[in-house]
Amino acid sequence: MTRSGGNAPPDRGSAGGSRMSSNRPIRLFRNLNAKISAIPMIATALVVFVGGTVWTIIYSFTNSKLLPRAKFVGLDQYERLWNSNKWLISIENLFIFGICSLIFSFIIGFVLAALLDQKIRFEDTFRSIFLFPFALSFIVTGLVWQWLLNPDFGIQSVVRSLGWESFDFDPLYNANIVIYGILIAALWQGTGLVMCLMLAGLRGIDEDIWKAARVDGIPMWKTYLFIVIPMMRPVFITAVVIIASGIVRVYDLVVAQTSGGPGIASEVPAKYVYDAMFLSQNLGQGFAASTMMLLSVAIVVIPWAYLEFGGRKSHG
Amino acid sequence: MRFHTRLLALAATVAMPLGAAQATELEVTHWWTSGGEAAAVAEFAKAFDATGNKWVDGAIAGGGGTARPVMISRITGGDPMGATQFNHGRQAEELIEAGLFVDLTELAEKENWKDVVNPPSLLDSCTLDGRIYCVPVNIHSPQWLWLSHKAFEDAGVPVPTNWDEYVAAVPALVEAGKVPLALGNQPWQSNLLFGAVQIAIGGIDLWKQVNLGKDAEAARSPEMAKVFQAMADAREMAEESNVQDWNQATNMVITGEAGGQIMGDWAQGEFQVANQVAGQDYSCLPGLGVHEYISTGGDAFYFPKLDDPEQTKAQLELASLMVSKPVQVAFNLKKGSLPIRGDVDLEAANDCMKKGLEILAAGRMLPSGDQVFSADTQTQFNDLMVEFMKDPSISAEDAQKRYADIVENAD
Amino acid sequence: MDSSTATLPTSHAARAEPRGKKPQRRLSRRNIIIYGTLTVAAIYYLLPLYVMVVTSLKGMPEIRLGNIFSPPLEITFEPWVKAWATACTGLNCDGLSRGFWNSVRITIPSVILSILVASVNGYALANWRFKGANIFFTILIVGAFIPYQVMLYPIVIILREIGLYGSLTGLVIVHTIFGMPILTLLFRNYFTSIPEELFKAARVDGAGFWTIYLRIMLPMSLPIFVVAMIIQVTGIWNDFLFGVVYTGPETYPMTVQLNNIVNSTQGVKEYNVNMAATIITGLVPLIIYFISGKLFVRGIAAGAVKG
Repeated sequence: MTRSGGNAPPDRGSAGGSRMSSNRPIRLFRNLNAKISAIPMIATALVVFVGGTVWTIIYSFTNSKLLPRAKFVGLDQYERLWNSNKWLISIENLFIFGICSLIFSFIIGFVLAALLDQKIRFEDTFRSIFLFPFALSFIVTGLVWQWLLNPDFGIQSVVRSLGWESFDFDPLYNANIVIYGILIAALWQGTGLVMCLMLAGLRGIDEDIWKAARVDGIPMWKTYLFIVIPMMRPVFITAVVIIASGIVRVYDLVVAQTSGGPGIASEVPAKYVYDAMFLSQNLGQGFAASTMMLLSVAIVVIPWAYLEFGGRKSHG
Repeated sequence: MRFHTRLLALAATVAMPLGAAQATELEVTHWWTSGGEAAAVAEFAKAFDATGNKWVDGAIAGGGGTARPVMISRITGGDPMGATQFNHGRQAEELIEAGLFVDLTELAEKENWKDVVNPPSLLDSCTLDGRIYCVPVNIHSPQWLWLSHKAFEDAGVPVPTNWDEYVAAVPALVEAGKVPLALGNQPWQSNLLFGAVQIAIGGIDLWKQVNLGKDAEAARSPEMAKVFQAMADAREMAEESNVQDWNQATNMVITGEAGGQIMGDWAQGEFQVANQVAGQDYSCLPGLGVHEYISTGGDAFYFPKLDDPEQTKAQLELASLMVSKPVQVAFNLKKGSLPIRGDVDLEAANDCMKKGLEILAAGRMLPSGDQVFSADTQTQFNDLMVEFMKDPSISAEDAQKRYADIVENAD
Repeated sequence: MDSSTATLPTSHAARAEPRGKKPQRRLSRRNIIIYGTLTVAAIYYLLPLYVMVVTSLKGMPEIRLGNIFSPPLEITFEPWVKAWATACTGLNCDGLSRGFWNSVRITIPSVILSILVASVNGYALANWRFKGANIFFTILIVGAFIPYQVMLYPIVIILREIGLYGSLTGLVIVHTIFGMPILTLLFRNYFTSIPEELFKAARVDGAGFWTIYLRIMLPMSLPIFVVAMIIQVTGIWNDFLFGVVYTGPETYPMTVQLNNIVNSTQGVKEYNVNMAATIITGLVPLIIYFISGKLFVRGIAAGAVKG
C-alpha cells in the first residue's frame, strides 16, 4: 500500500512507515528524520555538482580566457580540443594508467589486507608502513620517485654498479613506458588506503563464517574466493570508486615526476584541463576538456549507479 | 553557524580600523620564496615599513600556475590583496579591462617613469590604452649559454666563445663521456632554448618579423629552417640528458658532467651556491655569444582596487618606492636580476651581471615572450618545442611547419 | 532497546581480533610466506622513505654529489630545524611552524563535520531509503570524479553570495562538500553490509532514526570510521589549493609554507630541507594512522547477528 506503483523498492524504512496511512501529505513526512538529515547531501548535489557542472558546460561554449565571460563561440573549443595531439595522448594514457592502476591496486590492496588479517605480529607496524606514503605530499613523492627512477643515479645505476651492466630501467625517460613509471609511484602512494579499506571489509565479516568454512574443510583460498570476496562486494564498490576517481583526477604526480614528458608522452586529461585553465589562461578550452571528461564519466557511472543503487537493494 | 560567522565578521570589521589606526596594512602576494628571492623581497618590505605603513607578506610559491587561481579568486571573490606580483605583458590585460586594478598613470607622470624606465618596452607592457597599471621591478633574461670549464678541459678543447664553436666541440665532449648539452624535461625549458637559438641563429630581424609582426611567412622562410636545423642539433646534443628540473641540469654543468646549458640568468644563483667563479669555473654567453641581444622579461606588481582610501594611498606609496633608485639597487643585487632604470650604479654586480648591464646600456634588447604572445600561444610553443626536443622522429621541417601554424593563429 | 545494546560488539575492547589460526611454530611454511611477502612489500614502501630521510640528513654539497642511496657522511639536523623553524616563505622566516596551528584549526572541524554529515547520509541511504534519494546519491558519485580545479570559480561565486568567502567556516564547508561523495559512499556501503536483523530488531523495540544511528550503527562501524578519518585527515591536512584560495593569509595552512619551501621555481633548490619539510608535514597524519589503528577491531563480533 505504501509502495504505490512499485516505484519504491522494498526498503528498511518501510518497517515503520507501513504503519502509516498512504495519504500523500503524510507520506511526505515519512522518514522525516532521514529526509532532514539528507538536506546537506541534496544541497551539495544540486547546488554544487549540478550547478557547477551546468556552469562549466555553458562556459565551455565561450572563448573565456583569464576570466569567465559569456562570449559564445559555438563548438570552437571542442574542435580545437579534438584536433590537439596532446589531448589524444592524454586520453590514451588515462586508459592505460587507469586499467593497470585499478587492477594492481585491487590485487596488492587485497593481498596485503588478507595477509595482515592472519593474526600476525606487528600488524600495526606493517599497516602503518603500507599506509604512510598516503600522508606525503605529491610534489615530493614525485620528486623522490623521479630520483629513484633516474637512470644516472637511481635504481638503474645501483644495479649496474653491482655488476649487472646491461640492466635497463629508465621508465621516466622512455616515451613508450613512461606511464608505467608514474604507475609505480601512484601505486606506492595509493595502495595503502585500498589495503585499509579491504581490511575494514574483512574485519566486518562474521567470525562464524570462517569457523563454518573450516569445519566443512574448505581450503582457505576457496573460502576467500567464493565466500568472503562476494560478501565484501559493498567495500569493493567503494574501493573502485575511490581508485577510479583518483585515476581520473591524477595530476600532481605527473607534474612532479615528468611534467608530462618526455615530450608530451605522459600527459593526462586532468593536466590538460589545469594547463588550459591556469597556464594558457584559456578557461573556455579547459572547460571544454573537463566537460568531455565529465561526459565520459557520466556515461559510465550513471547507468552503473542506477543498477547498483537504484533498482534493488544490494545487500550483501 | 551562519549567525556565528556574522558575529565573527562583525568583530573583524570592528577590529580592523583599530589595528589600522597607526599603520596602513597592505597585503602583498608574490611567488619569491627561495633564499635570495626572499632577501630581495625583504628590501621592498623594509623600505615600505619605513614610510610608516606595514607590509603584510603573502608569499605563494609555484609561479603563475599556482598564483593565478589564488589571485583571480581573491579579486573576484571580493577579498583582494593590496598588491600582487604578476608577469606583465599580455597576461593581465583582462583584469585591467575589467577595471580591477588601480590606475597609476598620474603617479607615473609625476615621477617621469617614461624617461626613467629602461628599456621602455617594460613600461609599454604595463600600459593599456595609454594608461599605466603596473610597476616593473626587475629584468630577467633567458638567453644565456652556461659552459662548464671542467667539461671542456676534460675533453681537451678550449672553452667555446659562441654557439658554432660549441657545436664543433661536441665530438670531443662525447669522446670524453660528457653530455654535450644539459636540458631538463619541463616544456618551458625547451621553449627557452628555442628562443635563444632563434636570436642567435636567425638574427634580430627575423626574430622581430616573427615575434612582433606575427609573420607566418617569415616563420616558414629558409632562414627559420636554419634555426630549426640548429634545434635538431641541440636535440642530438641533449639526447643523454636525463633530468627534469632546470637546476638539476645546471648541476650537471657545475659538476662538469655536461658541457653546457641554455638557461636564464637565474641559473647564476646555483653556480654561486656551489662556490663557482664566473670566468674561472664557468662561462656565461648572452645571446649564445652570437648576437648579444637579450630579451627583457621580468616581474611587475599590480595593485587591485580597494575600498579604503587610506590603502589606496599606501598602494601609490609602494608603487613609487619600487621604482626609486635606492630600492632598485638593493632589491636587484639580492635578486640577481637587472634594474629597470639605466641611471643606477650596480658596483657589486658580478661578471655575468655586468655583461647583462652592458648589453642593456647598449640598447641591445628585445621584448620578452610574455610581452608579445598570449599565455595560450606561449603554452602551444612550449608543447611543440618539448615534443620536438624529446622525439627524434619529428623532423625539423615538420616542427617548423607546426611552428608557423601557431604563429599564424597567434594572439 | 536493551536487547540491541546487548548485541553490541566488543568494539571498546581495544585489541584487534584478526582471524586465522593461532600463531604456529615460528618457521612454518605459512609464516615464511606471510612474513616474506609482507617484508618484500614493506621494502617497496620504505625505500623512498629511506631516500627521503637520508637526503634530509645530508648537507647540500653532499647531495650535489648525486648518490641518493649512500648514508650521510656527516649527519646534520640543520635541514630539519630549518624546515620547521627558520625556512623563509617570503618575509616570514619561521618555517612550517607558522602554519601548524592554522592547519589544526582547519583540519579538526572539517574532519568532524564532514564525517558526521557523510555518516548520517550513508546511514539514511542504507537504512531509511526514501524516494529520490538515489538520484542525489548518483549525482554525488559522479561529482567524485570532477577535478577540483574545475569547481574553483563556481565555488568562489557561491561562497561570495552566501557571504562566507575568505572565512574559516567557508573553508570547512568546502571540505565537507568535496569529502561528501566518497565518504557517503563509504558509509552507505558499510552500513548496507551490517546484518539487517539488527536494524529490524531495534525498530521493533521502537528505536527511532537517531537512536539506531547512535546506539547500533555507530559502535559497529569503528573500522570504517577509521578509514574515513584516514581519508579526511590526510586530504584536508595536505590540502593546499582550497586553503590558499578560500582563506586569507592569516589562516593559511601549513601546506602553503610547505609549497613555498618545496616549490620555488627560480631560486636555489634545497632538497634536504624539502625532504625534511615533507616528512614533518606528513607526521601528523602518520601519527593519526598509528593511533587510530588500534580501533581497527572486528566490526561485527561473532554472535552479534544471532543476538
